[in-house]
Amino acid sequence: QNYPLYIRSVPTENELKFHYTVHTSLDVVDEKISALGKALVDQRELYLGLLYPTEDYKVYGYVTNSKVKFVMVVDSSNTALRDNEIRSMFRKLHNSYTDIMCNPFYNPGDRIHSRAFDNMVNSMMMQVC
Amino acid sequence: MDPAAAAAAEEEGREKPPVIYTMENKPIVTCAGDQNLFTSLYPTLSQQLPREPMEWRRSYGRAPKMIHLESNFVQFKEELLPKEGNKALLTFPFLHIYWTECCDTEVYKTTVKDDITKWQNVLKAHNSADWLIVVVESDAKKKNKTNILPRTSIVDKIRNDFCNKQSDRCVVLSDPLKDSSRSQESWNAFLTKLRTLLLMSFTKNLGKFEDDMRTLREKRTEPGWSFCEYFMVQEELAFVFEMLQQFEDALVQYDELDALFSQYVVNFGAGDGANWLTFFCQPVRSWNGLILRKPIDMEKRELIQNQEATLLDLRSYLFSRQCTLLIFLQRPWEVSQRALELLHNCVQELKLLEVSVPPGALDCWVFLSCLEVLQRIEGCCDRAQIDANVSHTVGLWSYATEKLKSLGYLCGLVSEKGPNSEDLNRTVDLLAGLGAERPETANASQSPYKKLKEALSSVEAFEKHYLDLSHATIEMYTNIGRIRSAKLVGKDLAEFYMRKKGPQKAEVYLQGALKTYLAEGWALLVTHTRKQLAECQKHLGQIENYLQTSSLLAGDNHLSEDERKSFCQEILDFANQQAENEGQKVTLPMHSFAQLKTLHFDPPNAVVHVGGKLCIELTLLSQMPIPVRLDQIAIHVHFSIEKNSYRKTAEWLTKHKTSNGVISFPNEVAGFPLSKNNLPALELYEMYERSPSDNSLNTAGIICKNVHMLLRRQESSSSLDIPSGLTLEDGAHVLKCNNLILEPGVNKITFSTQAKEPGTYTLRQLCTSVGKVQFVLLHIYPIVQYDVYSQEPQLKVEPMTDSLLAGIPQKVRFTVTTGHYSMKNGDTLQLSNADAMPILYHPESKAVIYSNTREKISESLLRIQSSEKITSISLPVAPAYHVIEFELEVMYLPSATESAVEKENTINKEVHRKKREKQKQDNCMATVDQKVTIDCPWSIYSTIIALTFCLPFNAKHSLLSAGKRKYVQVCVQNLSELCFQLSNNSLKNFAECTDLQLVPLNLESQQVIYSKQSIFFVWELKWTKEHPLSLQCLFSVSFRPATSEEQSFTLKPFTYEFQVENFFTLYHVKTEIFPPLGAEYCKTGSLCSLEVSITRLADLSEVDRDEALTESDGYCTTKLMYEVVDNSSNWAVCGKSSGVISMPVAARATHKVHMEVMPLFAGYLPFPDVRLFKYLPHHSAHSMQLDADSWIENDNLSVDKNVDDQADSSSIRSRGSLHSAASGEHKGLPMPRLQSFSSGQVFNCSTGMQILVIPSKDDHVLEVNIT
Repeated sequence: QNYPLYIRSVPTENELKFHYTVHTSLDVVDEKISALGKALVDQRELYLGLLYPTEDYKVYGYVTNSKVKFVMVVDSSNTALRDNEIRSMFRKLHNSYTDIMCNPFYNPGDRIHSRAFDNMVNSMMMQVC
Repeated sequence: MDPAAAAAAEEEGREKPPVIYTMENKPIVTCAGDQNLFTSLYPTLSQQLPREPMEWRRSYGRAPKMIHLESNFVQFKEELLPKEGNKALLTFPFLHIYWTECCDTEVYKTTVKDDITKWQNVLKAHNSADWLIVVVESDAKKKNKTNILPRTSIVDKIRNDFCNKQSDRCVVLSDPLKDSSRSQESWNAFLTKLRTLLLMSFTKNLGKFEDDMRTLREKRTEPGWSFCEYFMVQEELAFVFEMLQQFEDALVQYDELDALFSQYVVNFGAGDGANWLTFFCQPVRSWNGLILRKPIDMEKRELIQNQEATLLDLRSYLFSRQCTLLIFLQRPWEVSQRALELLHNCVQELKLLEVSVPPGALDCWVFLSCLEVLQRIEGCCDRAQIDANVSHTVGLWSYATEKLKSLGYLCGLVSEKGPNSEDLNRTVDLLAGLGAERPETANASQSPYKKLKEALSSVEAFEKHYLDLSHATIEMYTNIGRIRSAKLVGKDLAEFYMRKKGPQKAEVYLQGALKTYLAEGWALLVTHTRKQLAECQKHLGQIENYLQTSSLLAGDNHLSEDERKSFCQEILDFANQQAENEGQKVTLPMHSFAQLKTLHFDPPNAVVHVGGKLCIELTLLSQMPIPVRLDQIAIHVHFSIEKNSYRKTAEWLTKHKTSNGVISFPNEVAGFPLSKNNLPALELYEMYERSPSDNSLNTAGIICKNVHMLLRRQESSSSLDIPSGLTLEDGAHVLKCNNLILEPGVNKITFSTQAKEPGTYTLRQLCTSVGKVQFVLLHIYPIVQYDVYSQEPQLKVEPMTDSLLAGIPQKVRFTVTTGHYSMKNGDTLQLSNADAMPILYHPESKAVIYSNTREKISESLLRIQSSEKITSISLPVAPAYHVIEFELEVMYLPSATESAVEKENTINKEVHRKKREKQKQDNCMATVDQKVTIDCPWSIYSTIIALTFCLPFNAKHSLLSAGKRKYVQVCVQNLSELCFQLSNNSLKNFAECTDLQLVPLNLESQQVIYSKQSIFFVWELKWTKEHPLSLQCLFSVSFRPATSEEQSFTLKPFTYEFQVENFFTLYHVKTEIFPPLGAEYCKTGSLCSLEVSITRLADLSEVDRDEALTESDGYCTTKLMYEVVDNSSNWAVCGKSSGVISMPVAARATHKVHMEVMPLFAGYLPFPDVRLFKYLPHHSAHSMQLDADSWIENDNLSVDKNVDDQADSSSIRSRGSLHSAASGEHKGLPMPRLQSFSSGQVFNCSTGMQILVIPSKDDHVLEVNIT
């Protein structure tokens, strides 16, 4: 359920910390899903918003209807990223993920090794940084 | 705000600070006029004013609000009126009231009017339009003064004088101190008026203030604009809202300030700096945390007012105000949430503004602030509320813990030795920055300030505080289900313990965290935690666990090559230690060390015979970064014997197990959730249960042998990394390989073994030993087995073709399966010779030796020696478990010579029997079994083998007649698939009559008979003297396969023996049909006459001597029955279609029968059949017992004269005897018998004749149906 399908971080030197952050953020994702899930399963907003802030990063979450979780960690100092940008980035991620799932050679649940997805994530990160 | 005004405001602030700056603040209303009157009314007024709410309509589309108004009534002084440009709102008098009790016109004119005018002038001078004149009336006073004017006149006068357009600015309060309904009414009216006016004043003045404020804000881009000034202005507004209990609005003011400041910081970060902001960038010198206990932190406010505040001061002040308002609004959880944001934000902003901060100062500030917020929240909520909202506060707890930890590291409180002098200096500096404890908390036993100071004071105190915090945080996280966060804090704690040299405490936390990461498959986290765990285990001296973790790490590709090597080296170092304590081997699971990828059997079907050699090649993927020298690698094998199972016989095994010999093992993806792979593999076995009585299958099924492992509850997965039962199975069967080096990556290791006992061997465990360390793969899955079988020697003889044909040479394959017997030189197969089946020997025939797996090994010439009785075949030398194969030609001779009469007879019998059976199914060949007895070298018993031969031909004969001439036809049918060439056909009669001649009518001497086809041979019979009674014929024809060129040996001809009897023609039958008299043709529907003439051709002969023959007066007669049958329904026979005639037995005697027939169709119609039978009386002892009627009827037919006579006489006689017969035995009416003539005895010359029938003219009826 909560194993990583795809993790990518730029820059890479602090990767471990990001992993810890993302992993911990799953707690909040779970909390939010269970809080929301009771109310409206169908019309649920996929975007979970800011999961929690840390001193250096902001962690945003997004959950698809099939409970695939996207977590984005953004540098706190990056003030150019407002909620709307984050939202659209998640939507882009979601679309790209859907494309991967449509690939008949992709086994749902496997780690993602898709060049298209890589490129998309890269371009998104390039745009932001 | 100009400095002068600021100073004035300051002065004011100093004058009565407690009044203004507490929540006791109320809007100021000034009172002028009669002070005594006001004082008497004040209690009622202040009590009544807030009693009823009032709707406040707001500008800018803000929602209207109901508010309860309160006021602070002060005596009117001119100084109270704000000077031009003074922005202070709190001190702003919102309403000015003039009180008067005057009811005397004179008094009014003289004093009151002047007073009011003066008052009004002062107000006007200050541009204040919010005033009210209250005229209090009382009946008491009215009574005293008799010369009073009507009371309204004063009010009217006042209205006239002052309220030129605003008559509502003057109210009358009647008898305020009396308890009457009138007074009540007047009070109400007054209060409503007062409230309305107050609100109007608010709206007006606040609106004006807001406008001014906005104008000020718009100037923010101008140089010289000061945030602090603006701050003070907007805060004024906030204060007023707060004063009006409009906390929401007050909060909005602070939030706006907050946002404005944040935006400036962001813009500053983007390079767009405002001058005033540089002021906030001064180095941080004090970090004493938030102060939330006081509603307003005056110290900080002053700093802001004096433009001396640092960023932290501003933020702290702003937040303290927000906090106060939020708590008023009963939203403590928002406080905690905002606090966390604030703290993060401040840290960020300081970074962004590049403010110089001493190391640790921020940590102190954050720590103190967190605790302050938490204490503030605790102060306003009860325990249950706090517990229910842990999720809001836990972030602060965790943040505080984190900060305390980093402080501890910074001040050297975490190291084993305690802080050094540098650390101590730093601590002192930090404590200095805290300043003195604030007076509010100075006397409390606990405060954030005290806590921090204590924590930094000593190693022990730090540990206590840190542990307290950590445990509290972990507990909270756990309680609200944030397990992952709890684990992360736990990991920090573990790190702390490791620093403090307390690995046993650290281990629990590390294991817990590792478990979570493993379960969720976070490879990088797993690696990192394992690394920590490894260190911990090393300190703890848990050798086995340490080695296991090391092996996992050594094979972890998330680590650098060097790290992996060092962990690998750790294992090798341990493994190569001099074993002081012998026998203590450390057993570790294999999967971290190496993975079993494939297994390859040679022979590929994994089946070997006893004594055979089996090779198993393992492909091991070593996870280690460096080559590892293995002392031994061993496969533990489980041996089982499955008897009574056909699947385990040599025959089945060698034939069926045809895999390619490569078994692949499922890939364990490293880092993938291990929970998936952690379950032991299913061990499934087939199970058969047979009934004890007849060994038939009762049940078949599959058994899982490790159910107990699989159905175990999952929670016991604490053994996730340390499988408890790492026990090696002890088995006698172990395959070993010694001293090899396992390179990183793919390794191929070959085991070879000599098969011993027959049975099934299952590979169960794989064990590699490196010094003292063993790596064990507990279960090899999928199940890998090899089979060892033993086999008895066997001889098999089978035809090469589908069936063996008799009469021609046929190839037979001999297969000798040597089994455990090895063929020695001189071993022979001894075949007993049978004359009916000689063995044909080709000197160049060869024997081929195959291995059991059907690989051709060698070829050798076959030596065959034949003696009279025995053919012995020398077998080539062959090792055990091989197959020798050779072919021999044999020929079965269907009709043998005299020497084999006996045998032949039996065979013939068999043939006949089979023939009878098979004749129904036409195409089947007759078969003959020929038995051969063979003596084999490995057995004292003879093997009897039956070969079945099929006769390729089938012959039939038939007799053909043409009048008196006779022909014999023989039909030979080829039943086989082959073509044969037939030659030298002959037919011989070996009956005694000698004058009979058989004249062949066959032209060709050689003919080819194709598969499944027939050939006919015809001979004419000719004789001279008398009719022979019977013929004894023998047909023979030579044959050979049409394809074979040379005739290397003589083949016996095919013979067929048959007998022909009674073949002479006795009667000649002729049928004629005549059209009716006068007609040319027969017509449908009209009667025609049918004439049958039966003519005897021969005189009395032997064949006539039977019961039907009667002799009288030298004439012999016999009785015949005729029958006209028309099977095709072309004719309708009118009258009797059959009858019995008595026929004189003499040549040329003729009997004619007439009858009427009617053609039913037009066209050429074949004649109806006429059949002739011998008519035998029922019993020879009795006289004829004929059907009288038919008899009589027959008489009516017209016959030839002499026949008539005979018939007459016989009929008379029979009639005469009829009496006796009828009277004598009339019981059963015994039926006479009919006997058909044999085929040649009656010749019907009209067979196949046809007659033209034309349709009758009048039956042209056309039926037309119209529907």
